[in-house]
Amino acid sequence: TAKERVRMPEMDPQERIKYQDREVNIGLSADQAQKEASRCLDCPNPTCIEGCPVSINIPKFVKYIEAGKFLDAAKTLKETSALPAVCGRVCPQEKQCEASCFYTQKMKKDPVAIGHLERFAADYERESGFMSIPEVAPANGIKIAAIGSGPASLSFAGDMIKLGYDVTVFEALHEIGGVLKYGIPEFRLPNKIVDVELDNLQKMGVKFVRNFIVGKTASFDDLKEEGFEAFFVASGAGLPRFMNIPGENYNGILSSNEYLTRVNLMNAAKDEFDTPVIKGKTVAVIGGGNTAMDSVRTAKRLGAERAIIVYRRSRAEMPARVEEVHHAEEEGIEFINLANPIEYFADEKGKVNRMRVQRMGLGEPDASGRRRPIVLEGSEYDIPVDLVVVAVGVSPNPLIPSEVKELKVSKWGTIEVTEETMQSSIPEMFAGGDIVRGGATVILAMGDGRKAAANMDEYLQKKHKAN
Amino acid sequence: MNQIVEKVLFSEKVAKFVVDAPRIAKSRKPGHFVILRVDEKGERIPLTIAGADPVKGTIVLVVQKMGVSSAKLFELEVGDYILDLVGPLGKATHIHQAGTVLACGGGVGVAPMLPIVEGFKKAGNRVISIIAARNKDLIILEDEIRKWSDETIVMTDDGSYGTKGLVTAGAEMIIQREKVNECIAIGPAVMMKFTSLLTKKYEIPTQASLNAIMVDGTGMCGACRVSVGGNTYFTCIDGPEFDAHQIDFDELIMRLGGYSNEEKLAYERYV
Ligand SMILES: Cc1cc2nc3c(=O)[nH]c(=O)nc-3n(C[C@H](O)[C@H](O)[C@H](O)COP(=O)(O)OP(=O)(O)OC[C@H]3O[C@@H](n4cnc5c(N)ncnc54)[C@H](O)[C@@H]3O)c2cc1C
Ligand SMILES: Cc1cc2nc3c(=O)[nH]c(=O)nc-3n(C[C@H](O)[C@H](O)[C@H](O)COP(=O)(O)OP(=O)(O)OC[C@H]3O[C@@H](n4cnc5c(N)ncnc54)[C@H](O)[C@@H]3O)c2cc1C
Ligand code: SF4
Ligand code: SF4
Ligand code: FES
Repeated sequence: TAKERVRMPEMDPQERIKYQDREVNIGLSADQAQKEASRCLDCPNPTCIEGCPVSINIPKFVKYIEAGKFLDAAKTLKETSALPAVCGRVCPQEKQCEASCFYTQKMKKDPVAIGHLERFAADYERESGFMSIPEVAPANGIKIAAIGSGPASLSFAGDMIKLGYDVTVFEALHEIGGVLKYGIPEFRLPNKIVDVELDNLQKMGVKFVRNFIVGKTASFDDLKEEGFEAFFVASGAGLPRFMNIPGENYNGILSSNEYLTRVNLMNAAKDEFDTPVIKGKTVAVIGGGNTAMDSVRTAKRLGAERAIIVYRRSRAEMPARVEEVHHAEEEGIEFINLANPIEYFADEKGKVNRMRVQRMGLGEPDASGRRRPIVLEGSEYDIPVDLVVVAVGVSPNPLIPSEVKELKVSKWGTIEVTEETMQSSIPEMFAGGDIVRGGATVILAMGDGRKAAANMDEYLQKKHKAN
Repeated sequence: MNQIVEKVLFSEKVAKFVVDAPRIAKSRKPGHFVILRVDEKGERIPLTIAGADPVKGTIVLVVQKMGVSSAKLFELEVGDYILDLVGPLGKATHIHQAGTVLACGGGVGVAPMLPIVEGFKKAGNRVISIIAARNKDLIILEDEIRKWSDETIVMTDDGSYGTKGLVTAGAEMIIQREKVNECIAIGPAVMMKFTSLLTKKYEIPTQASLNAIMVDGTGMCGACRVSVGGNTYFTCIDGPEFDAHQIDFDELIMRLGGYSNEEKLAYERYV
C-alpha cells in the first residue's frame, strides 16, 4: 500500500489573515520530512529531474533526507540551485518537478512533495548554523557587472564569484532582491530568508550597489571605462500593464506592482512608516496569476471585508500556483471567474466606487492551449468597490533597451539572446530572467543566470587568452 | 548615503540643499529629477535637480515643505546624510534653437525651471522668464533666473513684490507684445493648466513638467500615470515633460489628491 503524501502544516486561516508578515506554511518537521522522503522510489530513470529547470538531483537529495543526512541534502541542492529555500517555497512545483514524478505520471497518485522537502533541507541548513559557504577560486581580477538584483542576477553572481571574478551587482531600488523583496509578500516568502542568501553572497565577495540605475546614473560606456569587461542584464519585467478601459485612472485603481511595492518594500501598512496605502473595504483584484493572488491576500490582511478575484477565464485556467489559490480560498477570498471589468465609476472626488464587469464564456483553445474567453453580450453588471488592483501582467523593463540603441530587442521589448549562451547582440552583454522571457518564474530566471555565468566565463577566458 | 554640504533657507517653507552626489552631478541634464528617501521609515519622493557642479560632485535640490517627507528633509542640516538618493530620472528637456522662449515658473517650480532657462539661453535663444508666487517670501532664485534670461518679470498674487497678478497675466502681456515661439510651464498643476489654456489660444507650443505622485520612478508601479492626447503615459519614464496642450490637467489634479486622507493622517502623526 502506497503511503499518503505528507500535508504541509499551516497557520490557521482565521489567525493568519491578521498578519501581513507571518508565513502561511509552517514547514515540515524532521519526522514528516523523513516519512515523505521515504515515498520516493529512487527511480532508475528519475523523470522528476527533467521537470526541474536547473536539474536538481532530486532522488539524491530526497534520499539524504530519508537517511537523516539533512546537511548533505542541502549541499546537493546547492550544487545546482542558488536559492533552494526560495524555490522550495515559490516554484510552481505542480507544473514542474512534481508533474514529472513517477507517482503523477505512472501511478496517478500524489507526487513526492519535492518542493516541501527542498524547503525543509534548505531551512534546516540555515537554522543549523552550519550553512556552508561555497569555496571561491582565487581572484582573477576580471571585473564584471550584473544589472538588477532579482533571482537571475543573484544566481549569476554566485556562480561568477565562485569562479574568481570581481562581481558587482547594481540595483535601481534601495533594497536588493528584485521581485523577491518588492513583489512576493512576507506571508509567502519571508525577507529574512532572502537576506541570509544575500549575506552569503556578500561573504563570498559579491559587491552590491543600491540606488544605481545602469544607463542613467552611469552609462555602459562609463562602466567600461571603469574596467567592467562584461555585463549580465537582468532588469526584469517591471512595467505593469493596464487594460485601457474607461475610468482606469481614477484614484483607488492601481497596479499590483504599486500596491505590493507600497506594502512590501515601503512598509506602508505600518503606521510608523511614511508611505501611504489605501485600505479598501471592498477590494477587487483583476487577474488570475501569482501577482493577483498575492494582492488579494494582502488586501484581506489589511482589513478588507470583501476581497475579490475577478478573472476572465475559469478556475482551471488560472496561472497562479495551485497552493496559493487553495490558500486564498481558505482565507475567504471570493472568486468571480469568467468576468472582466469594462469600466470604472467614481465619486465626485475621483475615487473609484463601482466597477462594471462583463461575463465571459469559454471558446476554442488559443495558442497557449487554454480555452479562449469570449464576451457574452448584454451580461454586464456592477460591483461596488473602493479599491481595485490591476494584475493583468507586466512588460519588460524598457530602461536598458532605450539607453542602449544597438541592443537587439524583440517586438515585445524583450532582449534577444542566443538561447544556448544567453549572449545578446552585443558580445560583452548577456541577459536573462524576465527581461528575456517576459514575466516568467524565479527558477527559470535562476537557470538563465547560471547559463549566462558559464558562457560569460568561457567568453572572457577566450578573450583573455587571445590577448 | 549622500551628504548635505550646504543648506540655504529661501523662506520658512522653501530651502535649497547642495548634496554630494558625484555620479548624478556628472550624468544629469536639465529636466532630470532624483528620488530620495530621508530615513529608514521614509517614503520615496521625487525632486527636480535644480543645478549641478560636476567638478565638486554636487547637485542642487530645492524643496518646499508640503507634508511629512518634505518636512523631514527640510529638517536636515549641513553634514547630515540622506539615506537613499537615486537618479538622474526622467527624460531630459528637449533643448533646442527655438527663437523666443517664454518660461513660466510658479512657486517652487522656479527651481526646476532654472536649468532649463540656462539651457535654452546657452542654446542661443531669446529667453523671457516669468516667476510668480503667492507673495514676496515665496519668490525664489530671482537673481539666478535673471542671469540666464533676457528679461525677467516677477509676479505675486497679493502684489507684495513685482507686479500684482497671476502668471498668466504676465504671459499674455508678453505674447501680445512680441512673437513667442515656445513656452515652458512649471509649477502647481492649476498654474500649468491655465498657462496651457492661454498658450493654446495663441497656438504656442508648450511643454509642462508634471509633478505626478511617484513611488519608484523607474516605470515599475504606474502611480505616476497621466493622460496625454488620450493615451496613458508614465510621468517618470515618458516625462516629466509633455506637450501641455494634450495633457488632461483635471485628471492630474484629481490624481494628486489620491492619498490626501492618508497624507493628512500621516502629517498629524508627525507633528
Ligand atoms: C507579485 C509576484 C509574485 C510572483 N510569484 C512567483 C512565484 O510564486 N513563483 C515564481 O516562480 N515566480 C513568481 N513571480 C515571478 C518572479 O518573481 C520573476 O519571474 C522573477 O523575479 C524574475 O527575476 P529577474 O531576476 O529576471 O528580475 P526581477 O526579480 O524582476 O529583478 C529585476 C531587478 O532589476 C532592477 N533594475 C531594472 N532596471 C535596472 C537598471 N537599469 N539598473 C539597475 N537595476 C535595474 C529592478 O529594480 C529589479 O529589482 C512573481 C512575480 C510577482 C511580481
Ligand atoms: C518629477 C517631479 C519633480 C518634483 N520636483 C520638486 C522640487 O524640485 N521641489 C519640490 O519642493 N517638490 C517637487 N516635487 C513635488 C514633491 O515630490 C512633493 O511635494 C513631495 O513628494 C510631497 O511629499 P510630502 O510627504 O512632503 O507631502 P504629502 O503630505 O505627502 O503631500 C503633499 C502633496 O504632494 C504630492 N505628493 C505626495 N507624495 C508624493 C510623491 N511620492 N511623489 C510626488 N508627489 C507627491 C501630493 O499631490 C500631495 O498633495 C516634484 C514632483 C515630481 C513628480
Ligand atoms: S527548483 Fe523548483 S522545479 Fe527544481 S526541484 Fe526545486 S521546486 Fe522543483
Ligand atoms: S520521479 Fe518521483 S519517485 Fe521517482 S525519483 Fe523522482 S521524486 Fe522520486
Ligand atoms: S513612479 Fe512608478 S512608474 Fe512612475
